Amino acid sequence: MTAESPNIDVKADIDLKKGARIVVAMSGGVDSSVVAALLAGHDYEVIGVTLRLYDDGAIRGKAGSCCAGADIADARAVAGRLGIPHYVLDYEARFKAGVIDDFADSYARGETPIPCVRCNQKVKFGDLLEMARTLGADALATGHYARRVPGPNGAELHRGADMARDQSYFLFATTGAQLDYLRFPLGGLPKSEVRALAERHGLPVADKPDSQDICFVPNGSYASVVDKLRPDAARPGQIVDLNGRAVGDHQGIVHYTIGQRRGLGIAHAEPLYVVALDASAARVVVGPKEALARDRVFLDEMNWLIPVTAGKPIACDVKLRSAQPLAAATVTPLPDGRALVDLDGAQFGVAPGQACVIYAGDRVLGGGWIKGAERRGLAAA
Amino acid sequence: MASHIYLDYNATQPIMPAVRDAMIELMSQPTNASSIHQPGQAARHAVEQARRSVAGLIGARPDEILFTSGATEANATALNGASAGRIVVSAIEHPSVLEAAPRARIAPVRPDGRIDLSALDRELAEDGEGALVSVMLVNNETGVIEPVAEAARIVHRHGGRLHCDATQAPGRIIVDVDALNVDLLTLSAHKMGGPQGAGALYARTGVELTPLLRGGGQEGRRRAGTENVAAIAGFGVAAGLAAAMPDAARLTALRDRMEARLAENAPGFVVHGQRAERVGNTSCFGARGLSAETALIGLDLNGIAVSSGAACSSGSVEPSRTLLAMGVPEGAVREAIRVSLGWATEPADIDHLVETWSMVYRRALAAPSSRAQTDIREFSA
Repeated sequence: MTAESPNIDVKADIDLKKGARIVVAMSGGVDSSVVAALLAGHDYEVIGVTLRLYDDGAIRGKAGSCCAGADIADARAVAGRLGIPHYVLDYEARFKAGVIDDFADSYARGETPIPCVRCNQKVKFGDLLEMARTLGADALATGHYARRVPGPNGAELHRGADMARDQSYFLFATTGAQLDYLRFPLGGLPKSEVRALAERHGLPVADKPDSQDICFVPNGSYASVVDKLRPDAARPGQIVDLNGRAVGDHQGIVHYTIGQRRGLGIAHAEPLYVVALDASAARVVVGPKEALARDRVFLDEMNWLIPVTAGKPIACDVKLRSAQPLAAATVTPLPDGRALVDLDGAQFGVAPGQACVIYAGDRVLGGGWIKGAERRGLAAA
Repeated sequence: MASHIYLDYNATQPIMPAVRDAMIELMSQPTNASSIHQPGQAARHAVEQARRSVAGLIGARPDEILFTSGATEANATALNGASAGRIVVSAIEHPSVLEAAPRARIAPVRPDGRIDLSALDRELAEDGEGALVSVMLVNNETGVIEPVAEAARIVHRHGGRLHCDATQAPGRIIVDVDALNVDLLTLSAHKMGGPQGAGALYARTGVELTPLLRGGGQEGRRRAGTENVAAIAGFGVAAGLAAAMPDAARLTALRDRMEARLAENAPGFVVHGQRAERVGNTSCFGARGLSAETALIGLDLNGIAVSSGAACSSGSVEPSRTLLAMGVPEGAVREAIRVSLGWATEPADIDHLVETWSMVYRRALAAPSSRAQTDIREFSA
């Protein structure tokens, strides 16, 4: 260990006995490679697993994505360097059924989906986690920037120490049982430290760019993916104002998200924003910024990481998009996995399909999928 | 790794000690069998001795044996020069046959894994007079012995020629080119305890070959390139040992006992190709609820090497063409693993395999996702 990088006690985060068998989900990127290196250096039996999630033939050469051809080769090279066994699992069919189809359906409904959450929920912490259990592993470790903190009632999920990298938003659907089994060894580290560790371990991926966007979408062109799977979402239609008057045309609602301002192609005195997407009529509704204001949000498919009682409100902070700051709110759990969020102040650009994640300080209390939003006292938009 | 129990003999075999000794001796000398000087004469002697040994293994004349770099080259040479529309291959041939004749017509196999001879007859009667037909002797995945002599009768009745890929047969059953009545036959050294990089094509006297490699007079002008003398000599030693089939009966008893014990431990256990006659070293089996990749990794982590369907380098596992051609449902195909025994296999190895597989199977059935995987399977089947 060099002077400028403090001795990293990953064992504190791992809390497993010497010799424990740990499956590491290796994407071929720098983060999960460092996880494998750290654990392999600590008397654990480390098994590298890389998921082949989609056919990369169409997007070969795309830098900064994960889990296809070149990344698989990188993961294999890292495992070879560390001297750990490494397996590639063909999860293409599961990824298509559990993530890509859902992504396209969501866009076709006029929503703005987050496939990474579905991938964690269904693929990584679903099928892969069960596979790790079947292989007799004591834990599944990933390179997520989030902290798993032992608490009086089992493991808690906390934000990563590096706030700029925090991925807890994408992990809200993790159940308590999954969290017990998971380990996030990078949760307490800044990204710069992770890159330094990669170099110190001589990992061939130390200089690899960070993964960005959505892994299975080439060049950020998610619309072309949706076009292919759900041609209906590419149906051209009208852009209308709040009074239903046509102000322009569009080439499919898939190209829009609520709160979007750029790329509307409409000349207007004041800035216009997308305030609603009407999938059945193929209409994009635009209006001034005030028309975006929402202070009540409806959630379903709630995942709670604390015990809750229906109808009993919780004062907390919420995050309504991955890149937005926390907002103060009161969340009321409801029956059937639903919840009602009352924001202290209005938020702009609340989009169905995104997640609302509930925090108390750094701790994730739970979260759910945004189904709709309204302005208290006014009709639902 | 050193203590791994190796049960993947159909992929490659450990080199037998007598083979290794003969090769080391030759590798310590310069060996160009075309040279006029005495070291060259010694090399020529080694090659011709090996040719006699390989010919003896299959009841051929030495001048009917053409040495190649392996079975892939032998298959390619056998099919090279035949006109595209006049090649018929069985549906379960090795990719080196199927892809050497991409426009060949495909002869189906029956559910028991044996080629459908009446379908072959019809196929040849339609437009196949004088066709080149390729039928393997032993299937690499199931171990099923194909009715090659019967196929040869049909092919010859239609004025055609029969090529037989016999790669998996030597040491397991008697291979006699006259009893089989084949015109061309492929052998591989490393599937019988010899080295990789040596194979042979038998071409009955009078059968003309079109060389793939030109530019030298080696192998009777049928295959240019300096002979791989040490590998060919090792091939000769291995062929001599395989001819006596010293392990066949012992391995058959071990294999049968293994299958009986595995079936006792798993209600959904199935052996593919069991209704046909099989070579005694091979078992292709699966059990409902345990995917092939989980089984393979679970065994490997416990020090046992077996294989599943053909895995390509990017990690995509294509379902076995052989099992699909037999009409096995895709879900069951994805559960099939292959255990193949060989000269160094001991009863204790099989005991360990049975115990370990049964443990992995019980764990897989305990995992909640075994149900989910079944659902996916039924959806895709």
